[in-house]
Amino acid sequence: MTKEQVKKLQEFALEIRIGTVECIKSRGFGHVGGSLSVADLLAVLYGEVMNVDPSNPKKEDRDKLVCSKGHAGPAVYATLALKGYFPYEKLFTLNQPGTDLPSHCDRKKTPGIDMTTGSLGQGTSTAVGLALGDRLQGRDCRTFLIVGDGEAEEGQVWEAAMFTAAKKLTNLVWIIDWNKKQLDGYIKDVNDPGDYRAKFEAFGFDAVTVDGHDVEKLYEALTKKAEDKPIAIIMDSVKGKGVTAVEQTMANHSMKGGQEMFDGWLAELREKQAAMKA
Amino acid sequence: MEIVYNGNQDSRLYKAVIGETIDALMKEDEKVVWLDADLRGCSGTAGKEGDRYINCGIAEANMIGIAAGLSASGMKPYAHSFGPFASRRAYDQAFLAAGYAGNAVTIIGTDPGITAAFNGGTHMPFEDMALYRAMPEATVYDITDVPMLIDTLKKAKDMPGVKYIRVPRAGSFQIYADGSSFTPGKGVVLREGTDALIVASGIMVKEALEAAKALAQEGIECAVIDPITVKPLDVDLVREWAQKTGVVVTAENHNRIGGLTSAVEDALIGMPLKFGHVAVEDTWGEVGPLDYLRERFDLTCDHIARVVRELRA
Repeated sequence: MTKEQVKKLQEFALEIRIGTVECIKSRGFGHVGGSLSVADLLAVLYGEVMNVDPSNPKKEDRDKLVCSKGHAGPAVYATLALKGYFPYEKLFTLNQPGTDLPSHCDRKKTPGIDMTTGSLGQGTSTAVGLALGDRLQGRDCRTFLIVGDGEAEEGQVWEAAMFTAAKKLTNLVWIIDWNKKQLDGYIKDVNDPGDYRAKFEAFGFDAVTVDGHDVEKLYEALTKKAEDKPIAIIMDSVKGKGVTAVEQTMANHSMKGGQEMFDGWLAELREKQAAMKA
Repeated sequence: MEIVYNGNQDSRLYKAVIGETIDALMKEDEKVVWLDADLRGCSGTAGKEGDRYINCGIAEANMIGIAAGLSASGMKPYAHSFGPFASRRAYDQAFLAAGYAGNAVTIIGTDPGITAAFNGGTHMPFEDMALYRAMPEATVYDITDVPMLIDTLKKAKDMPGVKYIRVPRAGSFQIYADGSSFTPGKGVVLREGTDALIVASGIMVKEALEAAKALAQEGIECAVIDPITVKPLDVDLVREWAQKTGVVVTAENHNRIGGLTSAVEDALIGMPLKFGHVAVEDTWGEVGPLDYLRERFDLTCDHIARVVRELRA
């Protein structure tokens, strides 16, 4: 990647973080921690990697995203708005009555959302179905699947992982958002799945651990061609990444606060944005 | 609708019919895909080759999720397991990944209720229709005979939403003429009568016809309705014949809670009539031969006739 490309993706990731916070601010509460941890990933996917057309969100041979940790909806919505799938102002309707932007991703409501998610674990199997359907129909495209590290406590995740490897579904890329925390605290304290990379390797994946906030490394991992094994990326990330107050809050799965709190977060992000543009 | 019931067993096995029908649908439509959970040997699809036969192994929740994803990619998935695993085991996946998410999936649950026989209580779903009836926009079939199965499998291919088809694997009694066509939500009047109405589905249709025959010899003329779909129920038809007869008895191979009995009761709320049911009395399944289980759970023509007589007494 050129320096310009890297900078562009870093700027896009910041815009996604700002959009995410503005989206959640409009309602006063929301799943901020796990949304901010995937912002860099989404910037790389939608900024450089995925073959998508915002003017034709249902294009059959598009690359697809299944955000199985459906509560990261605000980050995905911010990304889609910035890409032009819908007007930016729609972000301010999060969880309002009749909205197209519910807490958890919904393919029937939101342009650009490829799969409904929210019941944790389920997006893994539907992503398998999407990738399998594309393979059966001879389409040259990939499906990217984002799974929460806490979500991996769901048994369905491992049923889908087993199938992905057994059927050599190389057009499906698994990404585990390893941000170390879940709603009730640290994963190691709740119900630790252990070594994610070793588990995926044991299932038959080509697994790699990548810094989840290094766009260059993410790009490298996401563009690697899968040979005979599907790829699993263990994304080493920070829950709440980019907003100091969120990073430093232990219970940051979902946060609630007054406008001043969100304005403080936005001020920090915009300061970073200004510094990056300077 | 031509009724051909003559009391003789149909020589065709349901599972063989499933295999043949799906194979034909695959040849006709390249979008058709079959998913199984290590039960291809029980669905009549064993030995059929091709990349659209997908064995998911013993992982029903994953199978239904994959089916939903296949639908989102433009395919037309059918997914099979035994009734309890096609309903209870994978219900959240069927509910959200398929139904709520707007994906079209046909789910086939074999060996419903007592037809699970020698697999016993662990494999004996008396609640599968209740679960799928509680799913918005789902269509629920309790298969009556081979012609209905063939027509249902064909039509389900292009229907939206979740279609749940409960069907035994073994033999049946033919009720409808070969080539019959059915419409979801449209029941069939198998027999007319003015003294009582029996609404029966699945394996209980044959029992209802036998009960009606026996009662006719006593001068009690029963109408018999097969609803075809337990959801949507043909409410107008049931109410029309309930009005004509004043006595209504349901007959189903399912818990009396949540299935056909509940659906018909809901349809008849507010009508002044006598209502009875022949169904499993909110209890667990158990192992044994089918004939034993019929008697054990009172799912017989004799019991239907007894309930009709008692209501008319």
